[in-house]
Amino acid sequence: MSQLACENLDLGYEGKTVLSGISFTVNAGDYLCIVGENGSGKSTLMKTVLRLKTPMSGKILHGDGLETNEIGYLPQQTVVQKDFPASVREVVRSGCLGRSGMRSTYSRADKQLAEENMERLGIAPLAKHCYRELSGGQQQRVLLARALCATRKMLLLDEPAAGLDPKATAEMYEWIRKLHADGTTVLMISHDITASVKYASHILHIGKQSALFFGTKSDYLQSEIGRRYADLGGIQT
Amino acid sequence: MMDIWTTLMYSLTFSTVQRALIATPLIALCSSLLGVPLVLKRFSLIGDGLSHVAFGAMAIATVLNLTNSFLLVLPVTILCAILLLRMGQNSKIKGDAAIAMISVGTLAGGYLIMNLFKSSARSSNFSADVCATLFGSNSILTLSTLDVWLCAALSVAVVMFFLLFYHKIFAITFDEDFASATGMNAKVYNLLLAIVIAVVIVLAMKLVGALLISALVIFPALSAMRVFKSFKRVVLCAVIFSVLCALLGIFISIPTGTPVGSTIVAVDIAGFFLFCILGLIKRRRVHP
Repeated sequence: MSQLACENLDLGYEGKTVLSGISFTVNAGDYLCIVGENGSGKSTLMKTVLRLKTPMSGKILHGDGLETNEIGYLPQQTVVQKDFPASVREVVRSGCLGRSGMRSTYSRADKQLAEENMERLGIAPLAKHCYRELSGGQQQRVLLARALCATRKMLLLDEPAAGLDPKATAEMYEWIRKLHADGTTVLMISHDITASVKYASHILHIGKQSALFFGTKSDYLQSEIGRRYADLGGIQT
Repeated sequence: MMDIWTTLMYSLTFSTVQRALIATPLIALCSSLLGVPLVLKRFSLIGDGLSHVAFGAMAIATVLNLTNSFLLVLPVTILCAILLLRMGQNSKIKGDAAIAMISVGTLAGGYLIMNLFKSSARSSNFSADVCATLFGSNSILTLSTLDVWLCAALSVAVVMFFLLFYHKIFAITFDEDFASATGMNAKVYNLLLAIVIAVVIVLAMKLVGALLISALVIFPALSAMRVFKSFKRVVLCAVIFSVLCALLGIFISIPTGTPVGSTIVAVDIAGFFLFCILGLIKRRRVHP
């Protein structure tokens, strides 16, 4: 049984279909990149997988010990966060809240987990700093640490390198690679075909209205759509 | 100077003034607590909108000759608060437009109703009535003991709510999508927040009136954000700022005879500018 299986999903809003017939599976330890043009519905797909939106039809199944709320999420930055007064520690700890039920304080284990994750991502020295005053790359690492507080099993990343400079982008992908090497399943939305092909084990390519390709990276690079898309990124197939 | 002091001391012997001195800081405390998440969620104007709703409901209550207008005003305001916070998420009319729509609609409606039925209303002094609801006038000095108890009970409830759900309020303010994705029931917390906001606004209307409520909600939060950088400190600072400004406002207004509500707001504004300067100085010391 795979960790996540989507069967024949139809997605859309207000009765308008954006994507239809999406099927794919994610096994433990996979690194799946979801690529496609702007407006093809990648973010809608991601929100559906996170159960923030209900699909118009089709099924999302969880298995292999993955519960519905065990998907960590790295969203794109919102306007609200740009001037939000919060310390790094406050943000990272908030990742633990999904589990805490009605409890009103953090348990010792939660606090410990937050410190560990800040350590893992090298932001422990920034714990008392203000989130809005950090660089873009540092902010992304803070949100990554928060996602890790929610779960270690699966991470969903929505354009993790958006708005970062080339150095910070490379560093970000390297952090994600490390987490994946440590056994976290990764789902990533990306425009960056070069990075997708470099790091992913599987590719889901979404076109207008439907999925154009789903399979392993090597199959993708052999396929016509994969070759055409990879050419744009200047990658040898 | 001596004169003002004696007037103040003398007025403190009145039980009405004493009651106002208990109720005002309590209301200031509640509104500033909620102000922080509201300002951060880009809902600064919800106070304004809801207070106009409360005004409209008050007008209907007056026309209906209800002895306790609270019974009508509170549920109507809560209903609109829920409507507004839900609308903000996904609808064709976006957050700010929805607030503007409900706000002016109920204001106009309330005034219209009061005007149409002014002969049947209890009060013969129509324009003074409207003025009092809009600007609070000196009604804070006419609070009954029951009002003060009600105020105290609701304040305790609001503070309890905030303490119990402090971390959750932080999470849904900072990133609602993440919170719901990782298993928090963000909708329920948003709903609770909406209800508490409505209650606080109906309470605060007695103090500063419908038009000035936003000031009590936004100025403490905005001032605290100039200087402090963690959520916890911003909340604490906003509460202290708000309570001090409210007390100072009342102490100024009693001997000078200025309207209580607008005096408090004026003190809040002065405090805001003070904090802006403090923030600038602080920044300069960190990055010279």
